Parts: sequence; C-alpha cells; structure tokens
Amino acid sequence: MDAAIKSEASGLRPALRYKFIALLGNAYVRAATGADAVAGAQPKLVIEPGTERELANVLLLSNYAGLAVIPRGGGTKPGWGNSPTHADLILSTARMTEIIEHAWADLTVTVEAGCTIQRLQETLAQHGQRLALDPLWPEKATVGGVLSTNDSGALRLRFGALRDLIIGATIALPDGTLASSGGKVVKNVAGYDLPKLVTGALGTLGVITRAVFRLHPLPLNSRSFRVPSANAEETQKFVLAVQDSKLGHSFLQSHFSDETLPVSDMLFEGTEAGIAAQETQLRNLAAPVIVSASSTSTWAAREELWTFLDPASTAIAKISILPANLARTMELVAHSANAHQLRWKALLYATGIGWLRLEGKPGSLHRALQMLRSELDNQDSSLVVLHRPGKMPAFDAWGTSGDALPLMKAVKQQLDPKNTLNPGRFVGGI
Amino acid sequence: MPMDAHILRELRTIVGDRGLISSREELHTYECDGLTNFRVMPRAVLLPNSTEQVQGIVRMCHRERIPFVARGSGTGLSGGALPVENGIVISLARMNRILEVDFPNARVIVEPGVINLDVTGRVASQEYFYAPDPSSQSICSIGGNVAENSGGAHCLKYGFTTTHVLGLEVVLPDGSLVHFGGKTLDIPGYDLAGVFVGSEGTLGVATKIILRIVKRPECIRTLLAAFPSTNEAGAAVSDIIAAGMLPAAIEMMDNLAIQAAEAAVHASYPSCGGLLLVELDGPVAEVEALMIQVNEICRSNGASEIRLAQSEAERALVWKGRKAAFAAMGRISPNYIVQDGVIPRTALPQVMSEIERLSQEAGLRVANVFHAGDGNLHPLVLYDRRIAGQEEAAEALSSNILELCIAAGGSITGEHGVGEDKKKMMSKMFAEPDLVTMQLVRCAFDPLQLSNPTKIFPTLRLCGEKPGEYVRHPIESAGIAERY
Repeated sequence: MDAAIKSEASGLRPALRYKFIALLGNAYVRAATGADAVAGAQPKLVIEPGTERELANVLLLSNYAGLAVIPRGGGTKPGWGNSPTHADLILSTARMTEIIEHAWADLTVTVEAGCTIQRLQETLAQHGQRLALDPLWPEKATVGGVLSTNDSGALRLRFGALRDLIIGATIALPDGTLASSGGKVVKNVAGYDLPKLVTGALGTLGVITRAVFRLHPLPLNSRSFRVPSANAEETQKFVLAVQDSKLGHSFLQSHFSDETLPVSDMLFEGTEAGIAAQETQLRNLAAPVIVSASSTSTWAAREELWTFLDPASTAIAKISILPANLARTMELVAHSANAHQLRWKALLYATGIGWLRLEGKPGSLHRALQMLRSELDNQDSSLVVLHRPGKMPAFDAWGTSGDALPLMKAVKQQLDPKNTLNPGRFVGGI
Repeated sequence: MPMDAHILRELRTIVGDRGLISSREELHTYECDGLTNFRVMPRAVLLPNSTEQVQGIVRMCHRERIPFVARGSGTGLSGGALPVENGIVISLARMNRILEVDFPNARVIVEPGVINLDVTGRVASQEYFYAPDPSSQSICSIGGNVAENSGGAHCLKYGFTTTHVLGLEVVLPDGSLVHFGGKTLDIPGYDLAGVFVGSEGTLGVATKIILRIVKRPECIRTLLAAFPSTNEAGAAVSDIIAAGMLPAAIEMMDNLAIQAAEAAVHASYPSCGGLLLVELDGPVAEVEALMIQVNEICRSNGASEIRLAQSEAERALVWKGRKAAFAAMGRISPNYIVQDGVIPRTALPQVMSEIERLSQEAGLRVANVFHAGDGNLHPLVLYDRRIAGQEEAAEALSSNILELCIAAGGSITGEHGVGEDKKKMMSKMFAEPDLVTMQLVRCAFDPLQLSNPTKIFPTLRLCGEKPGEYVRHPIESAGIAERY
C-alpha cells in the first residue's frame, strides 16, 4: 500500500464516503461513534449492506482504497482478539437477517449471517428443532459472529462445536468474490471444507454472508441435576467417572471459585423413562454424595461469569485442557490467584474447555495470566484472553500459535493479500 | 518414464532397500486403487516407516519437482490414490503403529497406516470404539480415511472422520513438518485440521493422527422392516426423523440389492421392495421406549414384516449383508459401477422414480443401497462389459444419476470423494469462484502443486495466476470506483 492511499484512508476523504453512499444509499452509511470502538481502536464509518452482493462490493471498494475493515454481527464480542492495527470501517451484517430456508424435514437451515441466534432458534422451534448450540448472548449474537468467534457452550459435549454443525457457507472475499463451499446436505465431501476454515477465523479470511447448519430435534424432556464435591480432586474423579460411564447426558459442567466448594451440573434429555433410569444410575455413580435436582437456569452460568461489576479490574479467559488435568488446573488457578491477590471464578465443561474470571489490579491480573499461560503451555493446553482491562499491560490474547503459523499466514495472504480484514486481531499478528 | 538413477539411489538411502519398489512387475500393484478403470504406472513406490523418512522423500520431490501421491490401503473408490503421470507413490502401509491410548481423555494417537478397525480393536477392552465405520473398515487405513473424510453407516449420529480427528502431524509439500490441532480442543489459530481432513491428499501427507474415541452405548438395538417399495420405506424414515429421533443408523436397500446381498452372505433378509434397517443406541430405557415408536411408525407406513435382531450374532449378520452389498453385485451382474451421491432426504421418492426412468431408458438395471438417514445414495449400475456399448451406457447412466442429485440440491459425493473420477462434475456443483477460492487455499499449502496435483479440481490453476474473468466489478463498471 503506498503512502498516498494510506493518508487518504486515515482521513477517509469525503469522495470515498460518497462512493459507499452510491453503493448503498445514504441511510446505510454513517459516521462511527465511540460505541463502535473495537478493542481500543476507533473506526470512522459504519456500513450496513442489505445483500450479499452489496456486502461484497463494499469489501471490494474498501480493499481497493486500502481501508481496514472490521466485520461485525451483533457487536457482543468486540473485545475478543487483539486490538486491530487499523480500523477504518465497520462492515455490519445487521440488515442481513433472513432465514432463507428451514428445510425442517431434512433437518437443515440456510440463514443469513446477521440473523440472531435467538430468532433462528425461535423459527426452528416452530418445527420442534434447534441448532444444538448454546452461545453467549443469543438475543444479540448473530450467526456470523458466533461462527467467526467459534463460540460454543456446554451442549458441545453431546452435539459437537460449530465445526460439527456447519455444513455450508458463503463468504465474501476482499476482491469482491462471493464463494460458496460445502452444501445443503449433511453428508458431503465434495471440495475443500472451507466452512471449517472460516469458523473461528475471527473474520480475517473473508466475511461470512450465509451459513447452512444441520439441526437436531428439540428434546422431548429435559432435567438437570447438581452434584457437589469437597474439592477439585473429587470433581475430577466424578467428571471422569461420568465420562467413562454409559450415561447419555447432554452436558456436564463444573463450577469453581475462591469462595465456594466445587459443584457440577448435568443435563439429561430424552424420554421420561430414559431420564428416570439415568437419574438412578447417576445417584449410584455419585454415592455417597447426594445428587439433587436443579433448575435449568444452570444454562446461564457462562453469561453470569461475564456479568461483572468493573471491566477495569476484570479479566476473562477461555482455557482448553485435557479433562484428566482438571484438578491440577484448578489448583493452579487458585494458586496463581492467591499469589496475586485476585478473586476468581471458573466454569469447566467435561470437554476440557473452561471459562475463567479473575478480578483485581491490572498489574496483578497481567502477572497471574502470564503465569497461568506458561504453565498451561507446558501441558499442551491453551489460554485465550477474551476480556482484559484497558489499563492492563500488553498481553497477546492468543498465546503461542505453534509451527503451523507460517502456513496460517500463507492462507491469509492468499485470501486477503492486502490485509484488509481485521488486521492484527488474530493469532500471530494475522 | 523410468526414474533417474541418482534419484533412485537417493530414495534408497532414505527408505532402505525394503522401502523402495521400482521394478515394473511390482509397480503394477500400485497403478490403481479401488476404482480400477483408471490406471497410471508410478515411477517408483516408497514405503517409509517414519515421519523423518516421509519428510526426506517429500523434500526430494520438492527439490526435483516430482509429483507424489500418498496411499493408504488403496481401497478408495474415486481414484484418489491413482498415481499421477511421472509421479511417485508414497505408501504409508508400514507406518502402522498405535502410538498412544489415553482412556481418561478418550484419545488415541496413530500413524496413518493403522487399519480403521484396529483402533476399535485396541480400545474395545475398556468398552470404547472408534466411530467412523466405512464398509471397508477391516482393511482401510486411518490415513486414507483422513484424506477422504470417510463416513460409514453410523455417521448419521456420530459424524464423519473430521468429527473424530482432533489433531494431525503433517508433512507439507515442501517437506516441512507442521502440527494442526492437538489433544485439547480449540487450539488458537485457523482450523487447518478441518481443512486437511477430506482434502484427498492434495495438501500434504499426514504422519500422525490424534483421534477421539467414544464410549460404547449401554445398548444397541437393530430393527429390520420390510416394505412394499422404497417409497413406503422412505416415508417411514421421514416419520422417524419427524418424531425427534436421531438413530445411530438408518439404511435402506431395494429389491435388487436385497437379492444380491442374500446371494452373497445369506443374511436372511425378507424378500421385499424396500428394506429398512434402523439402529438405535444409548441407555437401555431410552432405546426401548423409542424402539416401540419406530415399530409403530414402520407398521403404519405399511411394513409387512418387522424383526428385531435378538442377539449380537443376529445383529452382526444383518450388518454383514448391508456391508457386503457392493461386492455382492458380482453375484447378479458381471460388471457394475458404484455411485455415491447425496440428496436432501425428502427428495428421495422423486429421485428414485427418476432413477427408475433412466434405468429403463438405458435398458440397464440399477440396484439401490442408501444411508437413508442422511440421504446418501449408492446406486449400483449393473452391466455386462462383453456386450458392445453397455459400459458406455452404464457410465452415462451413472453420471446422469449424479446430475439428479445436484438438481435436487445435493452433492456429487457423500463419502467416496471426488478424486480422479468426479473432477468434471465439480463445475456442475460449484461455480467458478467457489473452485478458485478452494484452489487459493491449496496454493497456501502447495504452491508448486506436487501433492496429488491432478485430483479434485476440473482445471488446475497455477498458484500466482491472476484469477480469470469471473470477478465482476460492478462498482467499477458503474463508475463508482476506479482502481487506486
């Protein structure tokens, strides 16, 4: 990119703005405000295309003009990833909300990227179906945003992550191409699996404009149970025993914190007879610990973790460990939190994925996260920081990215050679 | 064209005498895979027994610009392991060690030459299994399964190979070694494991694979139901799905397929127009409650006979008939083509009657075996090569069936892969920009296009080549934007 273009972009001269207006109309191009900031970077324009083709054209024009584009869905997770090195415009999918086809008899749905998860689920429920996924903030989070951040919750244990649910995708590339891959059928091995490539890519390779998902039936009945334990060691024993049993549970999550004893929640779904029989088995397995019935509000556990009072003294991290390292990891968390005088709370799924909240002074948070990451790196585990106080010293959100980083950069170079999309936000400076 | 002597010498120093095949007679074994109508003689076959040896071979291929094709057990049905002109074959058959079994975390690490069924064999004592179960599972390799993203009868519930591969060690086409994913989930970065699985050997050679294993369900129940035709059987499948069930497998066979399976393995299938095999698994109480419902659904859709396999032996026999269905065609026809297409399941009655019409027009019989739950069709086109014109007619009929699948909104392959066989069909299923974008990804992995270079894509696009005219720039033509 030559210097002349760069300076034009940073000032975003009016001529360029008029070109976006010519593409979309005046109503859908507006100046960005402080509320549109992305991880500390302030974009200049917010652009809301109404169709896939319009979106691709905006991207093409931005790419020519050397503008840095931040794709946005519901805007629920702007702090995820590193701060972008540039942010000229927000490319919003807010107007692209159509549920194109719910082929309920085939258990598939084709939906535009800007549709919220909640609206999608409500539509699917009319035919007794669901996207078997429990992402954060479904009332605002969109299909495209959830895909790009690869956000999954407790249901992943049984139904898999987005990579297992997405069967097709259309993406807009910076050169204006709209490319589809996968298809509308669950079983399909024709061509490369690009839906998986863009899932979790944080919008750095292309902008997802539509997706096709496989669906699952809504459960006939569901019931949750709580199982307390005296310490993390016991929790781990319980979790591994359940995972090694023949129970057909849909989720298993364990809560830990600096002030309460660990407790695990389980959800069973199915026929009344099936659930009743499994409840008996669960009670036998947990004995002498008493199993109690619990409300389905345990679903909200992850969102509760994010409901914190002071963003300036809170850090949130996603960790991924082996289930057999659960106790060791929770002891490590407690130890680092104590050493740095932090309050803490954690939620761990039986898949080994967990969510950690630390509260305290920014400098202490930084040291504790550094310590945790280096310990977890030694166990083939990972720690990704999703929220950090603005005043915390610089800390890479992603951590080490391994020997495939040059290849990841090569993929980025092929699809987005001018580094137009979300520059610098992803792994290894991508 | 034989190999230069100095290259052969170098290859021999990498893999040793036992690891190099270069005599014409022995090379014949490798000139095709399970799709035998395409044959190409490789210049040499290498049998490395370590990652370092694979790296050594691939580095040399990169230096000398020699294309290579990785090969597992050679059971593929789309020509994925077909050698390429002037290329070599890297057989992973000697890399067949199970490196780690980790029960608490339900992970197994294997080399690519490990046979699919041997993974289950190794973990069965603790009541675990490896879920993807292609019909060839007793001979096909995990490396081949990774290349093809193999499915099987139980992927309706358990997913495909890609669901069960958590990490890979890969030798890239320039000989460098990289790791995708790992034993833990969501390792930061692009999901390159997701892209690699199913890339049919075009992105490099997997040398280690981290697999997920699954606990055996408390019980498995298998039901056979005989219907007057595949239409009634198909309606029963729709009702089962609509009732909110997710069976472990739903398989369907038509009358011709039943006859062939009976002749081959005596599975004691009832004689009927459409046979349904429904398998449910899970906790006993759950499965038994649902099986009553399946029974009722089958009856209300006109099933004349319903049987529940009463023992593990009976269940095994039921499956043996199904899994032997392709090979069984040899009992009722001198030659046959195995097709693999996918349709949205609801299009089944319409596509079946179209297949029937095409079959009559061509004067050729078509036997149908389906993974009915997910709409994966395996029509088998029967013919006699000795009769002039029949082979061509069979090939035309077989590809017309694929066009039906595309028209119905489906796919040209559900599990066998594109390989050499269906390259031309790719342009019918995908638009040019779709295929160009896929090839951009390939260029990141293999800029010199040495790894199985002639497969999947109808036209090879050189890396660095400017895309053609497909990119329309409407804003440019409208005078809204000029090139900066």
